[in-house]
Amino acid sequence: MAAGRQVEVYLDLMSQPCRAVHIFLSCAGIPHRVRTVALRKGENRTPEFTKLNPMQKVPVMVDSGFVLTESDAILKYLATRYNVPEHWYPRQPERRARVDEYTAWHHSNTRPHAAKVFMLEVLLPAQSGSQVDEGRLIRALSQLDDTLDKLETMFLRRQAFLCGDDITVADLLAICELMQPLGGGRDVLQGRPQLQRWRSRVQSAISDAFDRAHAILYAVRDRHKAKL
Amino acid sequence: MALELYLDLHSQPCRSVYMFAKKNNIPFEFKKISLLDGEQYGEEFGKITLIRQVPALRDGDFCLAESIAILLYLAEKFKTADFWYPADLQQRARINEYLSWQHTGIRLHGSKVFWLQLLLPKLLGVEVPQDKLDAALEDLDSSLKLIEEKFIQDKPFIAGDHISLADLVAIAEVMQPVGSGLDVFEGRPKLSAWRDRVQAAIGKELFDEAHQMILGGVPVMDVSKMQVLKSKIIRLFL
Repeated sequence: MAAGRQVEVYLDLMSQPCRAVHIFLSCAGIPHRVRTVALRKGENRTPEFTKLNPMQKVPVMVDSGFVLTESDAILKYLATRYNVPEHWYPRQPERRARVDEYTAWHHSNTRPHAAKVFMLEVLLPAQSGSQVDEGRLIRALSQLDDTLDKLETMFLRRQAFLCGDDITVADLLAICELMQPLGGGRDVLQGRPQLQRWRSRVQSAISDAFDRAHAILYAVRDRHKAKL
Repeated sequence: MALELYLDLHSQPCRSVYMFAKKNNIPFEFKKISLLDGEQYGEEFGKITLIRQVPALRDGDFCLAESIAILLYLAEKFKTADFWYPADLQQRARINEYLSWQHTGIRLHGSKVFWLQLLLPKLLGVEVPQDKLDAALEDLDSSLKLIEEKFIQDKPFIAGDHISLADLVAIAEVMQPVGSGLDVFEGRPKLSAWRDRVQAAIGKELFDEAHQMILGGVPVMDVSKMQVLKSKIIRLFL
């Protein structure tokens, strides 16, 4: 058993919240060990993994025996436990509240709406061998469109990042969700300069951690392109 | 200017915020927003939050939406007792874990049952296909099971020995389908026992007061607003 403290995270980089955690660990310089759980191979359903997380989901964090699920809980725990630069999860109450507000809103908005597009365009057809359900896709794109409008007007209005002038864990969660449809070759930010500028700022702030986390998604995109 | 809380007690997250504020004697002005009357779309409310949802808070110049954010903000600002949102990182993380899971884990399902079983048919006169209702009830059932088995387990409360924000948020969601006539506690002794403990910790009077609207049967609404609401809800749930 290895000595020394090292956070362990169970991740599948095809999962948006897993990527957010992966990027954060790199950017914040937190020593960690990644254990890959390949969802497509059902590795989340093994008896061993189920013992760790009965919900059979990723990401899972283990910190000296303390097991934690849910990416926003993990990010907030890590930000506080490991003394990372304060901007990630500010301590000042009003600035912190802005991050809490976004991370809550994210669950019912950014996450489901972006994930649905990817599911309809890539996952479902791959699993069932059938064609994309165009009707459902159009509705999903419309819903995502509403969410993108809201991101622009409610969160990015007059500020560089979602929760203020500096990058926070909220931006990591959001960017990873919005990148997902790229797996099917779709850039959902196309035609949205404000959100594209935000994405560039996030990518600059994160630097190589961004592409490292997204390498698998890029590979899926390339394979998908080759098939078309 | 006193703290303002914009609330509609038909809404689960509003009840959680209401119970928390009242229980902790946090002085606030109750600003009623009637969701059924579409008051969240009014110009005034839009100045508070563009998210246009309740609950919402205004504290001087600072405005905030999302119940989880509001609860955390109030706990910090009014230095409420540690057990609500402990300073201990691991205990706090456990609560955050529940508060994160619950958005899709229970909130969605309890709301759906409430609409499909009560408001759609009884208020808006929309017939709900049995298979949709059955699916919603099944999802709710799974959620309640997970709450019992994964979050409560054999502890008195979700975070352990004391009530916390997690229980406050959970109880409001669990009570929502009760408002549509579904006894979620039947056949679930663990959940019932937990409910009793939460109710006792909050205080029966406050608990009942918060839940009065949801347990009062079919609400009254302006007939002229029904059509718009109908289309919106049908698109959402059916």
